[in-house]
Amino acid sequence: MNPINYVYLAALLFTIGAAGVLVRRNAIVVFMCVELMLNASNLAFVSFARINGNLDGQVVAFFVMVVAAAEVVVGLAIIVTIFRTRRSASVDDPNLLKL
Amino acid sequence: MSAMLLTASTSTGEAVAFWVLAPIALVAGLMIVLSRKAVHSALWMALTMIVLAVFYIMLGGVFLGVVQVVVYTGAVMMLFLFVLMLVGVDASDSFVETLRAQRAITVLLALGFGGLVIAGIGRVTFPDAVGVGAANAAAGGHVQALAELIFTRYVFPFEVISVLLITAAVGAMVLTHRERLVPRKTQRELSQDRIRGGHPTPRTTPGVYARHNAVDTPALLPDGSPAAVSVPEQLSRRGSSRAQASGESDAAIEAGDS
Repeated sequence: MNPINYVYLAALLFTIGAAGVLVRRNAIVVFMCVELMLNASNLAFVSFARINGNLDGQVVAFFVMVVAAAEVVVGLAIIVTIFRTRRSASVDDPNLLKL
Repeated sequence: MSAMLLTASTSTGEAVAFWVLAPIALVAGLMIVLSRKAVHSALWMALTMIVLAVFYIMLGGVFLGVVQVVVYTGAVMMLFLFVLMLVGVDASDSFVETLRAQRAITVLLALGFGGLVIAGIGRVTFPDAVGVGAANAAAGGHVQALAELIFTRYVFPFEVISVLLITAAVGAMVLTHRERLVPRKTQRELSQDRIRGGHPTPRTTPGVYARHNAVDTPALLPDGSPAAVSVPEQLSRRGSSRAQASGESDAAIEAGDS
């Protein structure tokens, strides 16, 4: 088996995540799909690290993981704040900024 | 293990593991998108994360695999579940399309995007896989090699990321902080309220003599009527009390349960 199969898998997972972001309405599930996309890119980074024989890809994947954790913390805090005022976690409802 | 990582091509064991785990990852990924309930999505997400951690370890990123399990399935998914519990577990997504043909267009876009990316990867000629064994051996170990990279070449991004983490933590605290609008009641005021409020004894606990002992089920009075006062005030204000939800009589509550 060629290690490039991992990259194909990463592409598929990224596509699934992107489709989920477009199709789901619940903000928390949208966040999970964003996480899935970040993880798919991590998988690609780690497989490229193996293909090229250096560890830079793994270090970048590590950084992506930290950024994803920070993003989840702030994102979920925003969701909780919106839920407190609007009683809903649907991304259709917060339309206060709409003209 | 290190000998396997040194080789360019993969072993049979790895191929078997990949072809078993890759479909699991794909199905779990699809189920995140397709599950109606957010909790199910979260559990499928946890499965995907664990499978990806195994992939990282298979690819020679042992440290990264462990970090994946600790950070993702440990911290991030638990955070997701906490927020789900806060927001309401039973809230399932409405599947009514607010934008016309949104789902069809999404499927089309996803197929187009996936096709483009996979065709792009297919056209690239990659060199033979080297494996990270040599890079590990040069630094005297896998974790040592990673540490050397993080603290030399990537030390500036590393510091920037630490600033980002602190900012995120402070931001989350600021966002979820709630100002107290009325001053906190002292113990004296609380006891005065209790004595003068007409109900000096503790209130009936919810669920006494009722069919359930859940907090949203009001206790039954001797004449069989539900005692609305036994349900916590927050629940009845939110409309989650069973007495409000399904009529006043026990029969109605019973019917609501089944």
